Amino acid sequence: MTTTLRDRLAEPSIYLPSPARILDVRPMTKLEKLMRIELPEGLSLGHRPGQFVEVSVLGVGEAPISISSSPSRSNGFFELCVRRAGDLTSVLHQLQPGDALGIRGPFGRGFPYEGFRGKDILFAPGGLGLAPLRSLINQVLDERGNYGRVILLYGARLPSELLFMDEIAEWQKRGDIEIHLTVDRAEGDWKGNVGVITTLFPKIEVHARNTVAITIGPPVMYRFVLMELLGKGISEGNIWMSLERRMKCGVGKCGHCQINHLYTCQSGPSFSYAEIKHLEEAL
Amino acid sequence: MKLPRDDSPSKNGAKASMSFKVLPKASLPDWIDRMSAGYRVVGPKPLHGRHIFGEIRSAAELDLAYPTTVIPPKKYLFPQREDLLAFAEGGRRLEALVDPQPTVVLGLHTCDLHAIHLLDRVFDQGYADQHYRARREKTILVSIECLQPCMAESFCKSMGTLSVTEGFDLHLTDLGDAYAVDAGTEKGESLLTKFRPAREGTPEDYRRVSRVMSEKWPRFPMRLDFDVTELPSLLSVSYDSSLWAELGERCLACAMCTNVCPTCYCFNVVDEVDFTLSAGRRARIWDSCQLDKFATVAGGHNFRASRANRQRHRFFRKGKYQTDAFGLLGCVGCGRCAQACLVHITPVDTFNELYRRHANGGRKEAQA
Repeated sequence: MTTTLRDRLAEPSIYLPSPARILDVRPMTKLEKLMRIELPEGLSLGHRPGQFVEVSVLGVGEAPISISSSPSRSNGFFELCVRRAGDLTSVLHQLQPGDALGIRGPFGRGFPYEGFRGKDILFAPGGLGLAPLRSLINQVLDERGNYGRVILLYGARLPSELLFMDEIAEWQKRGDIEIHLTVDRAEGDWKGNVGVITTLFPKIEVHARNTVAITIGPPVMYRFVLMELLGKGISEGNIWMSLERRMKCGVGKCGHCQINHLYTCQSGPSFSYAEIKHLEEAL
Repeated sequence: MKLPRDDSPSKNGAKASMSFKVLPKASLPDWIDRMSAGYRVVGPKPLHGRHIFGEIRSAAELDLAYPTTVIPPKKYLFPQREDLLAFAEGGRRLEALVDPQPTVVLGLHTCDLHAIHLLDRVFDQGYADQHYRARREKTILVSIECLQPCMAESFCKSMGTLSVTEGFDLHLTDLGDAYAVDAGTEKGESLLTKFRPAREGTPEDYRRVSRVMSEKWPRFPMRLDFDVTELPSLLSVSYDSSLWAELGERCLACAMCTNVCPTCYCFNVVDEVDFTLSAGRRARIWDSCQLDKFATVAGGHNFRASRANRQRHRFFRKGKYQTDAFGLLGCVGCGRCAQACLVHITPVDTFNELYRRHANGGRKEAQA
């Protein structure tokens, strides 16, 4: 059994990143790249779906990024889907296979997917939200027999901004996951649904009492998706999401990720709606 | 049993042992000179009409009768800027910087000592922060009993921080020509015995301490209109109070309040490179939840965009969130933020106003 990075985090400093190396970089859209990362020999990340790592380029800085690969497919590496949005991610986009970077983590509480077993699963990511959710989707698909129906509703602004389309095609081929895609605005040869993600909800029927829904997307999306999910009768405790914050430290000290009294990096970033609905700063 | 240091000295005094020392003020210079050989010695000293904590090279620089300092002594445990990592060769060489200088902090007021007690819990809980812990272990805290209110803005008595019973290595009580010295730890005890043996306190000294303690108490005003143990529950019914918007209208978002706060510990992390562009440092720098961009994420969304929400967040941290998480109040009543605020937003006025509104139309406020 290999040592996990989490076991090694403590010494000599919780802020010291572990050296890591880029194995592969795959451009996905104009803004996003999928980076496959390897830790030193004998070290694995040991993460859960829904956790994040702090990614370092020394001299530039550090930023929290969700883990996109599932533990079930972490064969000596893990994957991050990186959107070019700031100083650090711009530098990450220039890195090539073989280049070094630093990793701390995994941090946060992942999704409690063991508790989802036996239930129908409804995934509803928007835009870049598919990147972190992909970790959970592949975990569920890799132990498919443990779950009931699996549905994916995925929306992006434009067809060219839909992520992981090749992987979605593979999921389609399996035949054991129902998939609906939409874009806010059609372009090129798009023949699918046009409209925001909420326009997909009338297309599906769910057994509300036996369904867990997981939605990840930009802040503006949550309120509308939540209305749809609650409207279908899914209970607040069975609606899960992952909240984005700028965790500077990842270890519950720096204060940047605080939602009312909760440190997102410790109590989240995955939360059930029941846990956060009374927190004004959450959404 | 320690020296009597709460509001009922006679109760404690009856059982207290006499094991405390007495250090004549005349031997203070010699004590400081001798400890300077093994430690960086810091303490309160005057600067431009205020006081700061700074390096003390001789006793003449030290002013133990100071009112308060601009920045609290927390800076020796959690500096404004602290290098966490050093790297070179573009990151191929990387090391954590955890090797602080042994330091004696002289003359901490008890409010600041209470604040450090909270910081200990913050940095030790969950992932223990080795950088803080290493400084803490190499620092000797010598606190001093406050015998007079330091300024109009302070409200330590209301917050229960007017005295201490633990958390110090040594604690001084001014007896006029000498200090009564209470050792809280072996580390403190040895600072005394190693560098300047002080004589044992006598029953007469003990009576002097008791007298000083009982005389000091009435000099300090109670400034909160309610018992501070009610503060967390007062805040929990005041989240939707109209007061936050009123504070937000006045607040300049300058972050002075958090900069001078002894219990604030939020930080940012920055990388700095030298002229070779391949070597540098990763440092943490004090940050503030009062600054505009503090809760902004990469896409630009700001989760605490209004000054009203940021002020509310600050006061909730001080009066409720920290208490819920660490079992200690996040405000020690030092009054620095009240003194620093250019638009006179103060914890006392804020908490009292919340209490007044709750008491007079609480129903309306709570439902708003």
